[in-house]
Amino acid sequence: MTGIVSYGAYVPRYRIKPEEIGRVWGANGAAMGKGLMITQKSVPAPDEDTVTIATTAARDMLDRVPEVNPADIGAVYIGSESHPYAVKPTSSIVAEAIGATPNMTAADLEFACKAGTAGIQAGMGLVASGMVKYAVAIGADTSQGAPGDALEYSASAGGAAYLIGNENCIATINKTLSFTTDTPDFWRREGMMYPVHGGRFSGEPAYFRHVTSAAKMMMEAMGTTPADYNYVVLHQPNGKFPTRAAKMLGFSDEQLAPGLLTPVIGNTYSGAVPLGLAHVLDQAKPGDRILVTSYGSGAGSDAFDITVTDEIARFKRDNAPILDKILADPVYIDYAIYAKFKETIKMPEEE
Amino acid sequence: MAMVSAREWREIPGRYNLIGSKCGCCGKIFFPSRSFCPDCRRAGIGKMEPFKLSRKGEVYSFSINHEYSGFNGRMMPYAVAFIRNDDGVMLAGQLVDVDLDKIEIGMRVKAVMRKLNEDGAAGVIHYGFKFVPDNE
Amino acid sequence: MREVAIIGAGSTKFGELWGQSFRALGLEAGMKAMASADLSGEEIDAVYIGNMSSRFIAQQHIDALVADYTGMAGRHIASTSIEAGGASGGVAFRQGVMAVASGMHDVVIVGGAEKMTDLDDDSVNEVLNGTTDADWEAGMGLSLTSLYAMIARRMIHDGIATREEIAACAYNSHFHGQFNKDAQFRKEIKLDTVLKAGPTAEPLTMFDGAPISDGASAVILCPLEDAKKYTDAYVKVAATAQASDSLALFQRKSITEFEATAVAAQQAYEMAGITAQDIKVAEVHDDYTVGGVMALQDLGLYKKGEAGKAFLDGSTKFDAGKIAINTSGGLKAKGYPIGAAGVSQIVELYAQLTNSANDRQVKDAKYGLAQSVGGTGSAVTVSILEAM
Repeated sequence: MTGIVSYGAYVPRYRIKPEEIGRVWGANGAAMGKGLMITQKSVPAPDEDTVTIATTAARDMLDRVPEVNPADIGAVYIGSESHPYAVKPTSSIVAEAIGATPNMTAADLEFACKAGTAGIQAGMGLVASGMVKYAVAIGADTSQGAPGDALEYSASAGGAAYLIGNENCIATINKTLSFTTDTPDFWRREGMMYPVHGGRFSGEPAYFRHVTSAAKMMMEAMGTTPADYNYVVLHQPNGKFPTRAAKMLGFSDEQLAPGLLTPVIGNTYSGAVPLGLAHVLDQAKPGDRILVTSYGSGAGSDAFDITVTDEIARFKRDNAPILDKILADPVYIDYAIYAKFKETIKMPEEE
Repeated sequence: MAMVSAREWREIPGRYNLIGSKCGCCGKIFFPSRSFCPDCRRAGIGKMEPFKLSRKGEVYSFSINHEYSGFNGRMMPYAVAFIRNDDGVMLAGQLVDVDLDKIEIGMRVKAVMRKLNEDGAAGVIHYGFKFVPDNE
Repeated sequence: MREVAIIGAGSTKFGELWGQSFRALGLEAGMKAMASADLSGEEIDAVYIGNMSSRFIAQQHIDALVADYTGMAGRHIASTSIEAGGASGGVAFRQGVMAVASGMHDVVIVGGAEKMTDLDDDSVNEVLNGTTDADWEAGMGLSLTSLYAMIARRMIHDGIATREEIAACAYNSHFHGQFNKDAQFRKEIKLDTVLKAGPTAEPLTMFDGAPISDGASAVILCPLEDAKKYTDAYVKVAATAQASDSLALFQRKSITEFEATAVAAQQAYEMAGITAQDIKVAEVHDDYTVGGVMALQDLGLYKKGEAGKAFLDGSTKFDAGKIAINTSGGLKAKGYPIGAAGVSQIVELYAQLTNSANDRQVKDAKYGLAQSVGGTGSAVTVSILEAM
């Protein structure tokens, strides 16, 4: 059955706290952080971008399955809203960097924050149909939030990679489905630096409607209730939204907490659900059942019903660092360093 | 004055994946890749094979660079190092995500992919290996 | 092969010479050398010029420029420019010697010139970094300075020299610089000045590296048997040797020695029929202090681990009665207009061996040695001059 053969995750080492961002803009950062349920967010180094984050995650993913020949990867899909090029794929660079080229297909996906899970769905189709042996789906972002905007307190960087196959799966994907509408709650026009959001409109009719609808549709289709799942992973633009959505759906904090990283790394956009799921898989045991529901503005949710298999006991997870280790030794930066890293300081004109 | 992107493109195997070469004659491993063994010379012609080097190794020597250096302007000061990798081959690169006062000769590191440079804001981005501490 | 003599030598002042163009500098050095040899200019039948980078002045075809502005182009004599990184001047000198030795040319002028201050500092550093492996060192973010810094770090780690001993090379050069009226820096410094200066590439500081300079030097060569026709102040070129090594430092068996220096030195000693013990004065390539320390060891003037101590205890001073090192002020204090460096070393040795080095004259020196280095030891020339 089609499922997850391996996974890898990566979050940059630098962090900034909401208090520090608020200090610069004359806002109450602590209150902002508390409201968003975010204590800090990750910041990419100046030499990091979606390509490097995706590559690191994908290499860790492959290090955990040394028996997999990268040449057997038939597809690489990378979902992001911060592809370094407007035209020229991230996915071909990453495919080259993991040795999957040239007999394969690759494409960059964009669906706001859910392009990573869209990649998993696309990969599942190719694998299940027998068109390819393995597919790689990655969600990664170095997300943008305009200086001074509420988004600046949460927009962060990170990503996770999934190897989808039919054999030796550490977790089977029992079913996936999606809930999609045209809902303009958040967007970025071509050529614009920063996204624009609909403020409170991005809540009820957007995030909550799509996430809860997809999750409910999945439980109906599978004949399950929240009690049947050990873990629930929901899109997490902040800590507050998934906490409230989980409650609306009838999940407990215990089911939600292992898959909720945003409070300590911020909103990694396309990386958010893939990273949350990676953190769950870092500790999952055979038989564990996981409900995953992503969300992408614009808008849509992909839901996945996943069962961890016995294979996870043989899985060489320790061939790459687990997320708790990756997150263990952060470097805190102030807003000046942050502005330098994010290239918001005006530099001398290049000759 | 910009270089055509082909110049960096043809180095991708080495830059991304540490593909060097191994002499089928004397067994010596080279990085960057060479088409011809400088030790065996004519006897080794046609016997060089691609060889994928280990991404792990240890610091042989290092320096903290304080002079402005193009793309790294936002990462000053930054560390550079010679790394003896686990195949015994010496590599040269930057050492990033590291506490500068904790670098020492013998420290374990691994190669990761990072941005090395770019041809201006509108040009091609050049990716390649840099080293980070290997805490495993 | 004919034996070759140096019959004249001259240099411009080295430094930030804002008012002087590359053309003016080259002409001044050439005229000084010709005046010193008492030539009209008509005698010269070939020009060799060491110049590291046309990027400093955005001028290719330096050979034609020099021939033109020194009045040689009117007579259409052969002019050749040579680039070998920091060894450009040293290699140009060797080419000139070979031309006379072979009989192809009789009276040759060898010049070296660089005009670095017309380019901004960042770009100058980029050009200098271009003497490393552009794809696998500079292209990976390693600067020339950081490569020398890694040599220094490893030397300290391996117990070959202490940080203070390495810094003492700069102290020695500045000590001598005060006696050279053409030097860029004419002030003695303290060891602490080197150690406490701003870092360039740790463990090296601003004072471990030679400055950015403008300047030119020139010498006149002719067959030894003809030297007396022109002047009584001439010296013999006892040997000139050149060796190569990998372009990239990281590909060497060892980074704490330059094999090319050792090989060229061995050949030069054999050619001159002498040993390292016969050298009483030497100009070595101290573009970085650690390079100076390595040079003394690789040339066989000191054992490995002893060179730094010699700088520190003052054995290298012109009047210490041992081997006088960098009596000109070295590249560190005299200045480092790159293409001129190797030729300026010959100018200094010519002065020492013709007893015209004034305040810094080394006593009773019969043999002088010059070592010129390109990149991180990828090209090295070693020349030995003999007093007549």
